[in-house]
Amino acid sequence: MAERLVGIDIAPPDLHAKITGRAKYAEDFRAPGMVFAKLLLSPMPHARVRNVDARRALAMEGVIGILRADEVPSREGPREACLTDTPRYEGEPILAVAAVDEETAAAAIEAIEIDFEPLPFVIDPLESLRPGGPNAYVDGNQFSGQDGWSDLKWTDADFATIDDGGMPDPSCPVEWTKGDPDSAFAESALVLTETIVHQSLTHHPMEPRSNMCFWEGDTLHAFVSTQSSQQTKFALAGALDMDPENINLVSEYCGGGFGSKIAGTTVMQIPALFSRKINRPVMLRITRYEENYVGRARPGFQTWLKMGFLESGKCNAIDLIVVQESGPYGAGDFNTAGMIADLTYTPQNMRFRAVSMYTNTPPKAAQRGPGGAQIISMMEPILEKAGRELGVDRFEMHRMNAPGPDVEFGPRNATLTSVHAVEALDQGRELFDWDAKLAMSGQRNGSKVTGIGIGLSPYTAGSRGRDGMMVIRPDGKLYVHQGIGNLGTHSIADTARPAAELLGYNWEDVEIVWGTSSRGYPRSTVQAGSQTTTAHTRANHAAASDALRKIRAVAAATMGGSPSAYRVDSGRVSGPGGTMTLGRIAERAIAMGGEYSGEVLPEDIHAQTVPAAQMLAGEGLMGIARDNYGGDGNIYSWVAGFAMVELDTETGVVELKEYVGVTDCGTVIHPRSLGAQVFGGSIQGMGMAMTQRWVFDPQYGVPFANRLYTARPPGFLDIPSDLKWGAVDIADPQDPVGAKGIGEPPVGAGAAALTCAVADAMGGQCVCRTPLTPDILLAEIEGRPIHGRLDQHVG
Amino acid sequence: MDQAESSTVLEQKYSRRTFIKGVIATGATASSAGYLFRGSPLLGAATYQTATERLITLNVNGQERRVDVLPHETLAMTLRYKLGLTGTKLGCDRAECGACTVLIDGVSQYGCSMLTHQVRGRAVTTIEGLEDADTGELSIVQQAVMEEGGFQCAFCAPGFIMAMTEMIEVNPNPTREEARIALSGNLCRCADYDKILTCAMRAAELARSV
Repeated sequence: MAERLVGIDIAPPDLHAKITGRAKYAEDFRAPGMVFAKLLLSPMPHARVRNVDARRALAMEGVIGILRADEVPSREGPREACLTDTPRYEGEPILAVAAVDEETAAAAIEAIEIDFEPLPFVIDPLESLRPGGPNAYVDGNQFSGQDGWSDLKWTDADFATIDDGGMPDPSCPVEWTKGDPDSAFAESALVLTETIVHQSLTHHPMEPRSNMCFWEGDTLHAFVSTQSSQQTKFALAGALDMDPENINLVSEYCGGGFGSKIAGTTVMQIPALFSRKINRPVMLRITRYEENYVGRARPGFQTWLKMGFLESGKCNAIDLIVVQESGPYGAGDFNTAGMIADLTYTPQNMRFRAVSMYTNTPPKAAQRGPGGAQIISMMEPILEKAGRELGVDRFEMHRMNAPGPDVEFGPRNATLTSVHAVEALDQGRELFDWDAKLAMSGQRNGSKVTGIGIGLSPYTAGSRGRDGMMVIRPDGKLYVHQGIGNLGTHSIADTARPAAELLGYNWEDVEIVWGTSSRGYPRSTVQAGSQTTTAHTRANHAAASDALRKIRAVAAATMGGSPSAYRVDSGRVSGPGGTMTLGRIAERAIAMGGEYSGEVLPEDIHAQTVPAAQMLAGEGLMGIARDNYGGDGNIYSWVAGFAMVELDTETGVVELKEYVGVTDCGTVIHPRSLGAQVFGGSIQGMGMAMTQRWVFDPQYGVPFANRLYTARPPGFLDIPSDLKWGAVDIADPQDPVGAKGIGEPPVGAGAAALTCAVADAMGGQCVCRTPLTPDILLAEIEGRPIHGRLDQHVG
Repeated sequence: MDQAESSTVLEQKYSRRTFIKGVIATGATASSAGYLFRGSPLLGAATYQTATERLITLNVNGQERRVDVLPHETLAMTLRYKLGLTGTKLGCDRAECGACTVLIDGVSQYGCSMLTHQVRGRAVTTIEGLEDADTGELSIVQQAVMEEGGFQCAFCAPGFIMAMTEMIEVNPNPTREEARIALSGNLCRCADYDKILTCAMRAAELARSV
């Protein structure tokens, strides 16, 4: 019997390359005649380029050429081009210069004389909403495809309420209501009204988005840093308006993205277009400093939250207003934030209003748990505060408000395929020993006070309907073609495991094919929204089922008997007519042709899959299918995080002592990797809650926290040595494999467990602002205001 | 040479101050030029700037390597762009992340913050030099990482593995807390710290059993 492949630890097949230096990330590729590009970044947050004089630069020895904004695809409205003459944030690329080496290119950038006309700018969204306040664009602060630009201002009365510390009643472009919030609040035993600020923060993956490109005739060879793979090729083709089949996209390894490189095509366009212009391979090495600007950030929120509770502790009404700091090109986090608030607290009565505000700060993009992580980090301490005021145990507050299987949430009453949030909380309670820890809450040791807290965090965790494609070749091995990106989650290997298990393969006989688009991939998901595990265990399962059917048919045709009488195991197929190796079956499939070798393809596969399948046809027995398993409802995973901290009330320093994360993400495929996702995501959330800053000079609109040591993602010494994780491990009933994604839910759990634990250490006082840096905590402890209550972008 | 003396000598040789002094002495600006890359004959590019390259001999992974080096060139740039050793990663360009960590005479150093000229006559070890050159056998640290399935995106892995390699030499019997401190000069943005620590402890265990 072949080994079971689901639920065990198997080192991913690319690990050897990663730890010997053989793994090639984008900046590790070289090409003969390769030259280096450098970017000229805008020195001001909003400007118009009046004149560029590059004569001196272009005359320098070793300088090859210049690429200007009018040579790249431009885009109407608040949409991003890869180079621009109207920069809308400090650091936006204006032009690029190529030279024989990077230093010469940098010297040439310095030699360019450029004349800017400074324009009004805004870095804090609320300033743009104030009557008479500045806008991020000359034409306004709101844009719709239908109506173009407009200027949204709230009223003086709104701001009088805001400045008095109240909750305004403003007009917002996004609004939905369910149930009857006003009547429900009247019935609430407790109503809490809070203003809460969540900072924006840069993604800062370890690998900056360096890319190298060259052309051979009409074919673009792009060596890129991207989370996705097959879908990035199509996105890049769209951006460059070219035939996708003329792109050879090489993306073997991606040094992290966290949402900032879902496709990542903005920066890729520069070396692609530049190399076509100068007919030389172009390496664009992005430095950490540049990554801070072009590398995307999570949008911050300024919110007003009104939350009603019954005597029992059950949340019965929510009124939530979110102002989102969206940078110059927008982001969608706020919509998810409203959905997740409704899902996590099941109030039945909710009003949600939101406005996305353009600002002249670096562009925003999805960052691991976009919208959900922010709102959970902001709302969980308020839930715990209600528990304190009502005299209800805080654990019970989370548990009673968590949804059950019949939950309907959001404005259109969305449903879930499965939910085991309560089981995750229960398992976490035991692992963390909540009851014993509760006795330690508030204990003082010198100047240090202990606090504990819980964060329960959901996020989308799957999609359906992608294609799977695999080939059993005459060598007997199973080649699984994975169009998904290799961003460090191990999903390129792990999503093939249930399929290989279905075919009775031993793992050593499975080859994962990924990374270079010319090797042929089926239509895949982007690596975002934690979709991959679900989408591609399903798609590969469908393709493996197709392969299994064909193996049996070939065996029966060759050896006689009924196909259903044949069993496949360990590289052999056996039945009434005898036994054949799968290598022999592959040879027979090639000889039989038709659907067996992929000469004839299923009619329902995606058009993007067809050319790849045609390329592989005739090389073996092909398993190829669309995921038609179907299903009703949204696929969500959950993490319940439990944290214990010590707050030093004299220094404001918080030390995280213990953390437990328990997930409901369906069937566990790779336990060790799952634990790493739970911890890694949670720790990123801790960075969000505690250390990661986004600080701007309000006068000049330039960022201060623009390097790793100032932006401060968590390091080794920021995390406790005592971390534990667990999984509910209950299969999703609507799924052939039962697995759901896990990338995103832990971020909100880690962040909220900390915002709650810090509030607990402060005797239940919510700071209602992140990051909880020592200076902010000390000011709170000492009752010193150090900034406006709703100010964005403070340290 | 005892430990105390050795670290004093190394401090003088490899401190950040020495690095910046070295950059300034060459006439380059300390702010950026040392982190950029100058052309290489390997890439078919001639160099044009006034600073002149000098042919020097480096000892990298046990081999003598002859290479033209600018006065202000960093070791990370020489390794990556002139010697083809791209396993050493650039994550931040200036001593913030540790992705470029290499060993100089067995001591872990940031390759972005060493001038190549500083390592003449020293033994430089990179991630590519850890395997047995003849058999391909992985080093103890690499074996430990394979066993424990370490790292996610792994862009930080070469730097961490070099730091672990030094750690098991200096302290083959660390507590988890000591290992955490030993590795705190390296950043993992996937925050796979717990598993990295498990790899380090396993590496120490393997080292003790050799």
